[in-house]
Amino acid sequence: MSLDKATVRKIGFLARLEIPEEDLEGLAHELNGILGWVEQLAQVDTEGVAPLASVSEMKLFWRKDEVTDGGMPEKVLANAPDAADGYFLVPKVVE
Amino acid sequence: MTELTSLTLAGVRDGLAKGDFTSVELTEAYLAAMEAHKDLNAYIVTCPEVALERAKASDARRAKGEAKGPMDGAPVAIKDLFCTEGVQTTAASKILEGFKPQYESTVSAKLKDGGAVMLGKTNLDEFAMGSANITSAYGNVISPWTAEDDAAALVPGGSSGGSAAAVSARLAVAATGTDTGGSIRQPAAFTGIVGLKPTYGRCSRWGIVAFASSLDQAGPMTRTVEDAAIMLGQMAGFDAKDSTSANVPLPDFTKALTGDIRGLKVGIPKEYRPDGLNSEIAALWDQGISWLKDAGATVVEVSLPHTDKALATYYIIAPAEASSNLARYDGVRYGLRTGADGSLDEMYMKTRAQGFGKEVKRRILIGTYVLSAGYYDAYYLKAQKVRALIAQDFREAFKTVDVLLTPTAPSDPFPIEGGAKVDPITMYLNDVFTVPASLAGLPGLSLPGGLSQRGLPLGLQLIGRPFDEETVLRTAQVMEKAAGFAAVPTLLRGGK
Repeated sequence: MSLDKATVRKIGFLARLEIPEEDLEGLAHELNGILGWVEQLAQVDTEGVAPLASVSEMKLFWRKDEVTDGGMPEKVLANAPDAADGYFLVPKVVE
Repeated sequence: MTELTSLTLAGVRDGLAKGDFTSVELTEAYLAAMEAHKDLNAYIVTCPEVALERAKASDARRAKGEAKGPMDGAPVAIKDLFCTEGVQTTAASKILEGFKPQYESTVSAKLKDGGAVMLGKTNLDEFAMGSANITSAYGNVISPWTAEDDAAALVPGGSSGGSAAAVSARLAVAATGTDTGGSIRQPAAFTGIVGLKPTYGRCSRWGIVAFASSLDQAGPMTRTVEDAAIMLGQMAGFDAKDSTSANVPLPDFTKALTGDIRGLKVGIPKEYRPDGLNSEIAALWDQGISWLKDAGATVVEVSLPHTDKALATYYIIAPAEASSNLARYDGVRYGLRTGADGSLDEMYMKTRAQGFGKEVKRRILIGTYVLSAGYYDAYYLKAQKVRALIAQDFREAFKTVDVLLTPTAPSDPFPIEGGAKVDPITMYLNDVFTVPASLAGLPGLSLPGGLSQRGLPLGLQLIGRPFDEETVLRTAQVMEKAAGFAAVPTLLRGGK
């Protein structure tokens, strides 16, 4: 399959990446190159194979459901581009 | 006395213990070397004050007879992907410029607690995405090696290129690296040092800027196999803060270095010798096989039938996980923010467009696409199934052999200028020999095996069973001795 400019624009929005109009064509070409290359996996017979999500064959360990961290709002906000009164600030989202 | 910066980590450990020199003297020697070779751009930030303060504390501990462990007082570099409290951590991205973590990653904390001295944060490919260290927002890293017949600046490999260049050029006695598809092993091969990617789960990922969470693993980059064993012992161990951290016994890795591999069964995967394999690489590999035979090991051919599909599998899984992990850079909690005068979505989009570099954006887009509705099964799920087959190949092979020997990289180091021009897939092919072990979560080590005809380092890779770094290290040390690799980078020979 082949990605067109509109699809690249759509993926860009899904990934929240602004893509200038003039870059869409080149990116579509590059992404098509990579996707065309990975399509070789279709040749592999994976009938009945369970997908591998993690190589660690261990079970996740249990721990007590208790608070182990927290109470440090200053540290949490220390790198925020904008913060006030213990909150992160973002552009207005409700009218 | 030999130059302090030429000592190995084991030499530093012994010299400090005997009182031949202090950690402050050693640290000062390294800081001077770092200053003298700034042009390699191996470090994004240096932290001389932190380093000297820790060196003084180490010397004071030692004077009181309270020295901590084998790395107490040893000056090391930390890849700028590990969060270090109060010291800028960027992942080589503009989007994290100025970010000062309020906490320390588990691995760097273990090193710190063991008394290691942090010299600075080493350069890397942006978010560890690259094989040449040419995607950093803070400039390319230049290898301390140059070819005999050509003065062109070469890449140190990637993504841990700054760590590799620093260790090779004697700008740190050892360094941390991280490896997702070869990012420790390939740069180690390109710079003539030892790089060990441990078993997935051996070192905690907590506090390491995430690239592809099911693949990322931290490990040591050192000048000798013994040093790798020492440093791994200081980096590894169970950590409740990382749910994928393995709760397995932590051996003394240096005890595995017995020098005896008689009766060891070594597998040579035939699929790693494709038509057109570089003849120098093939010759070095054959050389490695004879070293092992000479040492009493049995060498047999094995088959890993899905090897040729590993790279394509990786380039679905890694970008998919990256697109998800990198969603956190949104201009809200840390890092760059632009376009805040528009809507929230506009701010996200402008911040990310401006903060991420080209390769990172490319991988985010690929990852987003393969995870998007309608394509998830065809790409991502398919890749996870092929990944299962790749892991199964290794399990089968390890029923009959103890360790595998392969080349680390398909060529010797290439020029920076050429690297910037190649298309993405050609660049991805650098990881063709390292990616399969990553997908299977296995320990892999690259050691310098010799020089190419152009006088540049070539690496050999050993791959072991899960959590059997000991056999990998033991075998590597035997090969290291046989190889007698003593070449130092061109830079240190008074070369260009």
